[in-house]
Amino acid sequence: MAETSLLDRSRTVAEPSFNRWLIPPAALAIHLAIGQAYAFSVFKNPLMSLLSHDVDHPAPGDWTAGQVGWIFSIAIVLLGLSAAVFGTWLERVGPRKAMLTSALCFAGGFFLGSWGVHLHSLPLLYFGYGVVGGIGLGIGYISPVSTLIKWFPDRPGVATGMAIMGFGGGAMIASPLSLALMSHFKTPTDHGVAATFIALGVIYLLFMQLGVWTIRVPAEGWKPAGYVPAANHHEMITTGNVLASQAIRTPQFWLLWVVLCMNVTAGIGILETASPMIQEIFSDQVLGAGRGITAAAAGGFVGLLSLFNLLGRFFWSSASDKIGRKRIYLLYFGLGIVLYALLPTLGRHASLTLFVVACCVILSMYGGGFATMPAFLSDLFGKKEVGAIHGRVLTAWSTAGVLGPLLVNYLHESAKAKHLEGAAAFQNVFYTMAGLLVVGFLADALIRAVNDRYFVHETVSRAEAEAAPAH
Amino acid sequence: MEPQPAAPAPAAEPSSNLKVALAWLYVGVPLLWGITQTFIKALALFK
Repeated sequence: MAETSLLDRSRTVAEPSFNRWLIPPAALAIHLAIGQAYAFSVFKNPLMSLLSHDVDHPAPGDWTAGQVGWIFSIAIVLLGLSAAVFGTWLERVGPRKAMLTSALCFAGGFFLGSWGVHLHSLPLLYFGYGVVGGIGLGIGYISPVSTLIKWFPDRPGVATGMAIMGFGGGAMIASPLSLALMSHFKTPTDHGVAATFIALGVIYLLFMQLGVWTIRVPAEGWKPAGYVPAANHHEMITTGNVLASQAIRTPQFWLLWVVLCMNVTAGIGILETASPMIQEIFSDQVLGAGRGITAAAAGGFVGLLSLFNLLGRFFWSSASDKIGRKRIYLLYFGLGIVLYALLPTLGRHASLTLFVVACCVILSMYGGGFATMPAFLSDLFGKKEVGAIHGRVLTAWSTAGVLGPLLVNYLHESAKAKHLEGAAAFQNVFYTMAGLLVVGFLADALIRAVNDRYFVHETVSRAEAEAAPAH
Repeated sequence: MEPQPAAPAPAAEPSSNLKVALAWLYVGVPLLWGITQTFIKALALFK
């Protein structure tokens, strides 16, 4: 068939006058939408009291916190899995079809989820928001990455930092938006969750269309005006390409997988427990009667962490263009180890300001770790299939998304079982997180340039390259 | 891999600059709103 669809990759090749600064907002339109996932906790209490309408006095049949928590966990696991599975498809069909698929799945997840809430069916909610929505998250997360790197070969860290910053920003929009919508749709007998899901599905489906219809891939051989690739390339920045199927056979891929997994697990260590942690460490008993951290102030702490998570994504990823990817991860891990090791001491000495500053810096580097990864992959494996390779690396996120909360909750509950209170109850959590960062530091330190045998040579066909034995 | 010959990037047209500005507004306005809401919430920590 000679006819091509508007969604085909060939129809998205940019005309010569195309302005590449349209690509970051296209990417942001996707990431700002799917970043909603991190605001899912605003639905937790309403979903736990759909029958009783009172979270403190659940009715028989009301869902528990654990059951509701699985909705988000399934979505994050599906994010990683779908990013891994659909990465190569994305490289083949191009970003427009992938973005539209993401928008349809993400919005479809809300629609199915709404139906699940209406029928009070947890499996339907798991399938809708968790599985279908999670697939939308995964495809959406990786869909603009390789396109951005191809448009910004002169500053890939800045470009991917901008997009991935959107994922952090998405939660900041979704949280107040969801609360406002629930308040609007609320009735005396209904929290308004089902109607809010429908509204969010429609809003995000429309919002993501800017990305779908603005995204373009650069023409073959296109380069930014005045950009001259350095004649003597740094050893850690390749000019060749490794296929995704070959990349997973390299030690560099798995070292980066460990780097991301450790970075995310350690960051979740703070994110997951931020609110109860600061209230427990800086309670009235520690700071004096009436001076302890209240629930509202703890909410402010969580907001501050979200802001630094967002800012870190852009700041650190942009800085990596100057400093180098390997060095900046050594910085994330090195500084992170010191700060995590200091947190118990800061807690014991009631140094609230320093404690908050340390947590903010840690969270900024957590975000930086996410945003720097695509550029690091592009440096090591080339631009050709960086989206697909990035998708496979994101399974580390799924792993960390399950591992991090489990580890933190287990360590904290063990400390509480020993009747430890305040900072002492979190001491093992912080030291364990520092230990994970040591593992990440070592993994990053071991990364070297990818061996030549994994690279695609122009005279070798893709099928031949994929069939070649890995040594 | 041999580097591809660089295709010259023509100067941006005024209409293209307007599109860029509108696209950034489209994503920038909700993002700034979200950041402002979060910042207001964060202020509770310092009260």
